[in-house]
Amino acid sequence: MTGNLLEIRDLHKRYGEVEVLKGVDCTMAQGDVISIIGSSGSGKTTMLRCINMLEEFQGGSIRIDGEEIGYDTAGGTRRRKKEKEIARQRAMTGMAFQQFNLFPHMSAAENVMLGLVKVKKMARDEARIVAEKWLDRVGLAERRDRFPGQLSGGQQQRVAIARAIAMNPKLMLFDEVTSALDPELVNEVLQVIKDLARDGMSMLLVTHEMRFAYEVSSRVIFMNQGRIGEEGNPREMFLKPQTERLAEFLKTSTFN
Amino acid sequence: MELVTFFETLWLARIPILKGIGVTVSISVLAILVGTILGIGVGLALTYGNRPLRWLVRGYTDFIRGTPVLVLVLASYYVLGTIGIDLGPFQAGVLALAVFCSSHVGEIVRGALQSIPRGQTEAAKAIGLTFPQTFAYVLGPQALRQVLPAWVNTAAEMVKASTLLSIIGVAELLLRTQELISRTFMSLEFYFFAGFLYFVVNYGIERFGRYVERKTSIPS
Repeated sequence: MTGNLLEIRDLHKRYGEVEVLKGVDCTMAQGDVISIIGSSGSGKTTMLRCINMLEEFQGGSIRIDGEEIGYDTAGGTRRRKKEKEIARQRAMTGMAFQQFNLFPHMSAAENVMLGLVKVKKMARDEARIVAEKWLDRVGLAERRDRFPGQLSGGQQQRVAIARAIAMNPKLMLFDEVTSALDPELVNEVLQVIKDLARDGMSMLLVTHEMRFAYEVSSRVIFMNQGRIGEEGNPREMFLKPQTERLAEFLKTSTFN
Repeated sequence: MELVTFFETLWLARIPILKGIGVTVSISVLAILVGTILGIGVGLALTYGNRPLRWLVRGYTDFIRGTPVLVLVLASYYVLGTIGIDLGPFQAGVLALAVFCSSHVGEIVRGALQSIPRGQTEAAKAIGLTFPQTFAYVLGPQALRQVLPAWVNTAAEMVKASTLLSIIGVAELLLRTQELISRTFMSLEFYFFAGFLYFVVNYGIERFGRYVERKTSIPS
């Protein structure tokens, strides 16, 4: 068994006839911060969603800490794991979504507590303490009893990040978490992610914020038409792109 | 003078009228209760069932909703008897109304569940909730708030539809009123009074619905 936190081998994903991932390989060590960039339709979000089985995939394997995610492939046959098992594996990763997806009928603190109480089987008092700690970390301690409808987009996204991270995942997945935000709210969210990166959290981010990817990532992956087009450290990637495709993509994206 | 006569007659007839109200309320409560429980099952099947189940339940709801309630009541009382299921008029009537109610509640529940954004389910999955947990803590509570106004409407419809049971001889409020009128010939007064009583019951249901809506509303 390798010491990799995440190991993706030859990942294939089809929607009907359309193949959106055409064999992706990727490994990631503990503490890595990897940004996935690329134009829309290149498969970057799909790849992220396969890692926590929000999408089924038809070929290849994903391992987290050596544990095969979603399917059992032992003995040559490929069988989807039981729902309960998949639910357990999903809790190994945390995910923040473009649209926040907070539960609107629960306060900020209750949003964070739900997984702690129902999945981690924590006592409510204990869960509340953990929730408040994380809400404090994302700068929302005094908003803990507000409901999502009473929070700004940036605040909602920070609650969503707290909700995911409070579960103590091995790996955090960020799916274009600033794309739905007003420009002036983007920074408060990026700042939270930067803080987490500094603390050594392993993260995989799909992002359109090139400046942010450049600053925060230990490695950048450029996805192109369902494959990894190019990868490397951010400095090389952004300043000396090796492929025509990446050079083209960087030209059309704003680097501010 | 006439008003005094009316109140005197009303006082004399208070027992049958109260009995009538009691029967009307019993029919309504039972039909709404059973219909709602069945309806939740129908809604779940329509939303999450596999294809054969969905088709089956879809056929059931479309058929029931396309049939007049009166026909359901008559069928339940007269037709079920011919195939060996012998129900009294009260039971047959309640069964018909409950079935009718279930098809409506089923559609309401389906609509509410389908209106919840998919991101809610995904976020629940992402923190490791199983589907039953997701339903219990995330989808159900949100659907409930959406269902409420339409459900109150259906409940009021059921109270009104309970009058149809007078046709098969259930001594509910309308039949009691008609009996009273045939004895006293005060049709205007007693029909009006019965109408008023139905209004009171339905107004109560509506207030209750509003109250629950207020209690469960999400701050924003």
